[in-house]
Amino acid sequence: MVQTVVFAICAVASVAAGVAVFRVDSMARATLALLASFVFAAVTLLLLELSYLGILVVLMMVMEMMIMVVFMVMYMMNPAGLMPMTMVHNNRGALAISIGVFVALAAGILLLPWPTPGPPAPGDPTRDLAEAIMGSKMLVMMVIGMVLFATMVAATVLATDRGRYDRYGDDLRRREPDDPIRGGVGR
Amino acid sequence: MSLELFLLLAAALLAVGLYGALSQQSIVMIMMGLELMINAVIVAAAAFWFYTSADRPDGQVLVLVAVAAMAVEMAMGFAVTTAIFRARDVDMVDSAADLKD
Amino acid sequence: MGESAQSMPLWGVVLLPVALLLLGYWAAAWSAVLTARAAGTPALGALAAPARESARLLVQQRRTVPGADPLLWRVGGAVVPVAAVLAVLVVPVAGRAAGDLSVGVVWFNAMEVLIWAAVWTVGWGANSVWGLVGAYRFLAQGLAYELPHMFALITAALGAGSLRVSDIAAAQGGLWFAVLMPVAFGVYLVSSLAMAYWGPFDQAVGRDLSGGAAAELSGVDRLVFCVGRYLMLAAAAAMAVPLFLGGGAGPLLPEWAWSVVKTAAVLALLVWLGHRLPTVRMDRFTEVGWVVLVPLTLLQALVVAIFVLVGW
Repeated sequence: MVQTVVFAICAVASVAAGVAVFRVDSMARATLALLASFVFAAVTLLLLELSYLGILVVLMMVMEMMIMVVFMVMYMMNPAGLMPMTMVHNNRGALAISIGVFVALAAGILLLPWPTPGPPAPGDPTRDLAEAIMGSKMLVMMVIGMVLFATMVAATVLATDRGRYDRYGDDLRRREPDDPIRGGVGR
Repeated sequence: MSLELFLLLAAALLAVGLYGALSQQSIVMIMMGLELMINAVIVAAAAFWFYTSADRPDGQVLVLVAVAAMAVEMAMGFAVTTAIFRARDVDMVDSAADLKD
Repeated sequence: MGESAQSMPLWGVVLLPVALLLLGYWAAAWSAVLTARAAGTPALGALAAPARESARLLVQQRRTVPGADPLLWRVGGAVVPVAAVLAVLVVPVAGRAAGDLSVGVVWFNAMEVLIWAAVWTVGWGANSVWGLVGAYRFLAQGLAYELPHMFALITAALGAGSLRVSDIAAAQGGLWFAVLMPVAFGVYLVSSLAMAYWGPFDQAVGRDLSGGAAAELSGVDRLVFCVGRYLMLAAAAAMAVPLFLGGGAGPLLPEWAWSVVKTAAVLALLVWLGHRLPTVRMDRFTEVGWVVLVPLTLLQALVVAIFVLVGW
């Protein structure tokens, strides 16, 4: 009973915060509304006995949203929302499509016969997950690792504006890189 | 609580995210919509795991993959935004439409 | 959520924030004593300085700034102490924690990361340039300290084979993890200073920005923010005890007393370090974090993993 009430509150709050993301004018508030939406959704994961994944989502989302807010403030005009603004195209169409998608999904969810609950988790779900990704599902984690590494390299290459020719000179002969700010390890 | 309720929550989050991704002009706001959609996937995968196959860890691995997809999406999205912004001082998808030529 | 059978009695849960506040006062008083000693004024009188400052802030009228975002500003400041209290929920005292989660280490980490959101929001909400610069500085510093911090936490969990904090404390029966994994312990102390923006990592609220993220705070808001900072430092010190210093293990005194003594000692060390060391710019610290600390902690984790595999 308590669980159902908690779930209802978190579900409504999560969707409401999600809607607020696209309604508020201030970019800081939009980002923090998205963060609130994630945290409420993570609480519903905790109700499913996924304590590790639920807390992991909170941990990751706080960090991710704080990075996101930097870019929001950097790239949006009027980030503080001191003047009202809308930056949308084809608002009606988007609204119609998303409502249509929700209705179709909801109809499917309510009409389809879903499987009856299976056996509960035998032990600690966190341990199950750990043993899976270090055992039978190791390939998945290895692919994720490679993808994340490729992402780091690609994102750095795309975002940086100073290549090695800027740092080490045209013939790459400079011993010390010519950086505007020197780093902390004495280079 | 039942599987249907969790799936309804996931559907609602997906719809909100879809609206954002379709209607917003700024790249950063579009990415917020995408994140909401991936969040819906996380909720749905977790609910499927709990209600149908809690004795197997497959559903949990799917949640981990979704979390990683979120991180990749964000890193690449911001990198591309930064590159486009540097090249032409825009951050709106409409202004980057000529990229398709 | 997998609480263990031995959870704390209710009065313990109520007492926990009070104990954290007392530890926070200890940190503030010790800091005031160090300041007084450096200035050559009587050190004993400085013991009451935090109380006097709190009373002054309580009666001070709140200033407002045009164009501020009061909601985010106030909420951000309040999140700092709340995150600290939530973080210590998993710290076991005499073998019992208020909420001894099976993933206690991850919980502590998640609550501690809330500080990022809190400090940024406080800096942003004030609509002040100093505040926003301080907020950005803290995010940059966060990116530098967070990964080594996570690896240090994970190394302790790896040594005990459990993410439950009381299991980690219990696993140090023979030898403290501070001795077995000194690099992880050192990195944990460094990141404790950084997460409470204390000591050499206080550029986010630095004097060169006239207070940085806290520049425009006044009255109760300032009190909550500053108390939260000391509470966060105390929470980090309290967590170091079960993670690296053997929990409540010690001769003669009861277990809870040893926990308190060790926490107070770590806290005193952290505060003293903050007074001794010159402020580090976070752009320099970022390179140190990524080029030195991350590989070091990874190596430490590798060594501990090998030890665990061969069975110590």
